[in-house]
Amino acid sequence: MKEFLTDQLKTQEYFLNMGPQHPATHGVLRLLLKLDGEIVRNVDMDLGYIHRSIEKMCERASYKQIIHLTDRLDYLSAHMNNEAVCLLAEKALNIEVNDRIKIVRTIMDELTRISSHVLWWGVTGMDIGAITTFMYGFRERELINDIFEETCGTRLTMNYNVIGGLRYDIHENFVKRTKDVLKHLKKKLPEYDKLLTNNIIFQKRLMNVGVISGEDAIAYGLNGPTARGSGVSCDIRKTHPYSAYDMVDFEEAIFTEGDSFARYKVRIKEMWESISIIEQLIDKIPNDEYKVKTKAVIKLPVGDYLQRVEASRGDFGVYVKSNGQKFPERLKFRSPGFANLTALNKMAYGLKIADLVAILSTIDVVVPDIDR
Amino acid sequence: MSYFSDIINGTKTLLTGMRVTGGYFFVNFFTKRDVITQQYPNNIETLEMFDRFKGEVIMLHNENNEHRCDACTLCEKACPNGSIEILGDKAKDPETGKNKRFLVKHIYHLQMCTMCGLCIEACPVNAIDWGQDFHHVEYDRSLLTKVLNKPGSKIMSGIKG
Repeated sequence: MKEFLTDQLKTQEYFLNMGPQHPATHGVLRLLLKLDGEIVRNVDMDLGYIHRSIEKMCERASYKQIIHLTDRLDYLSAHMNNEAVCLLAEKALNIEVNDRIKIVRTIMDELTRISSHVLWWGVTGMDIGAITTFMYGFRERELINDIFEETCGTRLTMNYNVIGGLRYDIHENFVKRTKDVLKHLKKKLPEYDKLLTNNIIFQKRLMNVGVISGEDAIAYGLNGPTARGSGVSCDIRKTHPYSAYDMVDFEEAIFTEGDSFARYKVRIKEMWESISIIEQLIDKIPNDEYKVKTKAVIKLPVGDYLQRVEASRGDFGVYVKSNGQKFPERLKFRSPGFANLTALNKMAYGLKIADLVAILSTIDVVVPDIDR
Repeated sequence: MSYFSDIINGTKTLLTGMRVTGGYFFVNFFTKRDVITQQYPNNIETLEMFDRFKGEVIMLHNENNEHRCDACTLCEKACPNGSIEILGDKAKDPETGKNKRFLVKHIYHLQMCTMCGLCIEACPVNAIDWGQDFHHVEYDRSLLTKVLNKPGSKIMSGIKG
């Protein structure tokens, strides 16, 4: 019977466009799929739909102006991107920032990470077919966005870090609001497990889907939670501590299975770690200046500089080649999303289209980060 | 056999999840305790933004229709995307007899503004600040180009030109 079927029902390989406006691609990402029936044979990524040439724009922007452009890369980890540029300039100019700045920056980083992961959790649930998670994810994110709005003035593109400190001092309600959010999250995250993580239907959709081994993960240059799901230790917060990460005690979330569910568990665990990091720091904010005085026009000394931070999707790097002028001679952003997307073909080979959607959402692509 | 146990386990975990959603449904249906949704266009009158909210750039005027801007163009230079244009002119100051710059029009292109705040930081006399208004919807893009200094306004005394 089986032979009869394969003889009679011969399939032909064909091409299918996924995107650029497919709702599951999280933005304008076009995937050209080569399919055999429903089985994925090849994935071609067509990028550039929202390329804004931000790196080139940075070459005619002063160092203060570059910061607000980095908000627009990975908009869900805007604060970390800002911090990368600030840390780079501070390293080049030998500016020492005080503990207050470091601690506030770290708390903001972790709040951004939670807000990004909460959104990711909602969107992943929705991609798999559970629409409720999307609403629940946004409910928690709204509270974190309120903290950002109160202290930074905006909800998404914060632009809160400046070279030598912070743009404003923290708002007087900041500590109280943050503690409230942590209390709320600690109540709600177990609900996430009940609703989605422990659900067998959801687990079966993710387990053994999109498996990538640790060696392959390193070979493809994967980073962030995507690589940590394959057992690769690559947390910049641990390997190259910056800001206040050397003052806190936290565990790097690593799972070794390498499938989509491992990547899912890494992000859930990272939320718990972020909560613990904020709890360790929130009562320790010292009274001090929130900004170190810098020159009106910032010129980096001649040389090459590199700064890496752990954004919510992985290793975000800024490379600046300075010729001593007020504009950088060349600037390069190393974005986590781009490296993670390259492994998509390897992960999705031989799986179904529905699995491709699951892989895409557990890689957690943000297209402005990939296209720049 | 695992086929049936999968079905049973799947239903069981599904019901565990539905207890969470069902709980919210019934509690919020009667008490509206956890509802954080805002009925946006209906609450326009009562909606209050945070005091640091970046809605738009405004120029501060006092009750005598006087502003603090001396047309030094530092904000224009600080702006990364050319949202600010300053038209200034020079006139003789009646007190000192020297030529002094004064502001004719502070043109602000809201459609290009990215709310980065560099202009407000650059201003040495705190003439501009954030406004809380966010109802920026217009039918024509040109309507978003605004003149920040009010008609007939002049510079406050005591600001160096």
